Amino acid sequence: MPKLKAGELEAIAEKGRRTMLLREGEARSKVLVHMGTCGIAAGARSVMQAFMDEVDRRDAKDVIVSISSCAGLCSREPMVTVELQGQPPVKYVDMTPEKAKRVLAEHVLGGAIVTEYALAAGSERTL
Amino acid sequence: MAYRVHAMICTCTNCISNGSLDTKRALEKAIRSHGLQTDILVVPAGASGLCVRGPILVVQPDGIFYQRLTADVVPRLVEEHFLKGRPVKSLMYVPPGEKMPIPELREIPFFKDQRLIALRNRGMIDPEKIEEYIARDGYKALEKVLTSMTSREVIEEIKTSGLRGRGGAGFPTGRKWESRATAKGTPKYVICNADEGDPGAFMDRSIIEADPHSVIEGMAIGAYAVGASRGYVYVRMEYPLAVERMIKAVAQAREHGLLGTDILGCGFDFDIEIFRGAGAFVCGETTALVLSIEGKAPEPRQRPPRTELWGKPTVINNVETWANVPPIINWGANWFAQMGTEKSKGTKVFSVAGNIHNAGLVEVPMGITLREIVYDIGGGIPNGKKLKAVQTGGPSGGFIPASLLDLPVDYERLDAAGAMMGSGGMIIIDEDSCIVDMAKYFLAFTTDESCGKCTSCREGSDVLYRILDRISRGEGEESDVDLLQDLGEAVRDASLCGLGQSLPNPVLSALRYFGDEFQAHIRDKACHAGVCKALFRYEIDKAACKGCAACKKNCSYHAIEGEPKAVHRILPEKCIKCGACFEVCPSDAVARIPGARKEALAAV
Repeated sequence: MPKLKAGELEAIAEKGRRTMLLREGEARSKVLVHMGTCGIAAGARSVMQAFMDEVDRRDAKDVIVSISSCAGLCSREPMVTVELQGQPPVKYVDMTPEKAKRVLAEHVLGGAIVTEYALAAGSERTL
Repeated sequence: MAYRVHAMICTCTNCISNGSLDTKRALEKAIRSHGLQTDILVVPAGASGLCVRGPILVVQPDGIFYQRLTADVVPRLVEEHFLKGRPVKSLMYVPPGEKMPIPELREIPFFKDQRLIALRNRGMIDPEKIEEYIARDGYKALEKVLTSMTSREVIEEIKTSGLRGRGGAGFPTGRKWESRATAKGTPKYVICNADEGDPGAFMDRSIIEADPHSVIEGMAIGAYAVGASRGYVYVRMEYPLAVERMIKAVAQAREHGLLGTDILGCGFDFDIEIFRGAGAFVCGETTALVLSIEGKAPEPRQRPPRTELWGKPTVINNVETWANVPPIINWGANWFAQMGTEKSKGTKVFSVAGNIHNAGLVEVPMGITLREIVYDIGGGIPNGKKLKAVQTGGPSGGFIPASLLDLPVDYERLDAAGAMMGSGGMIIIDEDSCIVDMAKYFLAFTTDESCGKCTSCREGSDVLYRILDRISRGEGEESDVDLLQDLGEAVRDASLCGLGQSLPNPVLSALRYFGDEFQAHIRDKACHAGVCKALFRYEIDKAACKGCAACKKNCSYHAIEGEPKAVHRILPEKCIKCGACFEVCPSDAVARIPGARKEALAAV
């Protein structure tokens, strides 16, 4: 380890920033892959992997990929919910790794909903 | 390599003693068996705070808080939460008196009302990885002072912030630094006092275990401000994990050029050595601490002159004080000074222990009331008992009665109430505790720990203890109250160091607020809390006893007689008052009655 000079701390801090964002749970966007038994059976695992690889490849710092349980519409799994800060969550159905790449590029990073894959915007009401 | 989940398992001494290392191994095993090792990272973190509920696991990014997570339940947790995305409710925290668990850490009242400055990285970083400390603004304050501030400006910033010593005395940190910066002599020293000795206090240990670099960075900034080139961390041997993490942290800081010569290429030289103390309570006193480093007998001496290591200008601050320094430099003195009360700024870390639901480590803004700490954060008193007193400041502190629960916590107000801030030990005492017995406990401690230099402390502590012991055995006399008061004041006035000057506090504050209880012990020979064995008795209520013999079966001393289905009787000459019969009686027929038996009194 070469000794640091003033101004070089930032580079180390930058490397760890994504890790810290994850731990703080604060990110501009969140991708939830629904991984109930139905989701897993329909291939949710590969969809999640596609999201994670893509986030890695693009070095997107403020995206959290997480999992959730069955969303209730088992026939349309794998399902994914995308939450951008300050916007209603959007649910995508019949997801594949290829679709995942497009959703990440256009919606998660670009802000434009991929309407042809989307089921609906908003969450069910809970009591 | 990116992970979707960081499983932050607490590996502080408290959680480790509850089995968190087994939990960690079980987590890693279960994660591997599901092939999730590329998704989920297990991170050892420190000082989750809710120590009584350990082992603690916090799952990020969602902040799901799991408690009492023993290794045996880990496979189910991994399958449900990590594989299927269903957080496991039965392993979550349920607030006292409620039924529904609270999944997220930030929603739990214990955490919600805390404000973290000294403990800013708790549960967020692996304390053994300097990169993670740096990623949370670590060493940024050191870089700032070395590249853009004069030592004068650093001292002004600390003075403006209003930071005061967190070790107990509350001396303004900036003024302390200023006096050493202008003092003549080289080399100058900075010392971190981690000789934490109050019973039930573990603030300093937790800070070092959770975030050792925060202390190192604070010390380096202090060293720059006063012109010191060498530092010591004085930490007791009883804290092996804190010692280990501090040694690793110092080595990492050296490797990265953050300690040693020419730090960050700015021409500033400073290095730290770790000094392991043998665990004598008196070594936490600064003059004794310095003598201990010099290899001499740690007997406190008169001040002034100022405390100096090897006759050179020396700054000694507590662990928590040092940990507060980097955020003040990063965020500014005014940010810090807006928190707290007029004369006590910022936050204070307390270790809350005793008769309380959420025993553990809390950091709260100065000026918070005791009521908020005990009931909102602490979750109140278990088993529906009433609060009797809060003891702050350990053996140097005093009892604050439940009637003063709305007292805002700061240096001046606690002093005025006859207690003290101390280093942050806070013991919650319920109605089943006897104040005479508690005072006796602290005096036994100080009698053991007095260094013996001053007669007033050495003998005074012992005599105070013996009087209290006599009172607890039913042999107290009416004149004892005045004697305790006079002797306590004499010990306070005649002793040289903080240990002797403050050791009568538990007695004096007990007399001040709980005079009735002393009178009950002395005049009525009665301990209403049922603690002093000579001053209460168990009796079986003839009308309520159903003759089930549960008491007789559970009495190891054969002190209960009675035929099945007939009324039972306790034999006073054999009874040791262990309370086993009281606990097991299904009809509540065993009563605890304050006051000694007449025959016993006659013997006295």
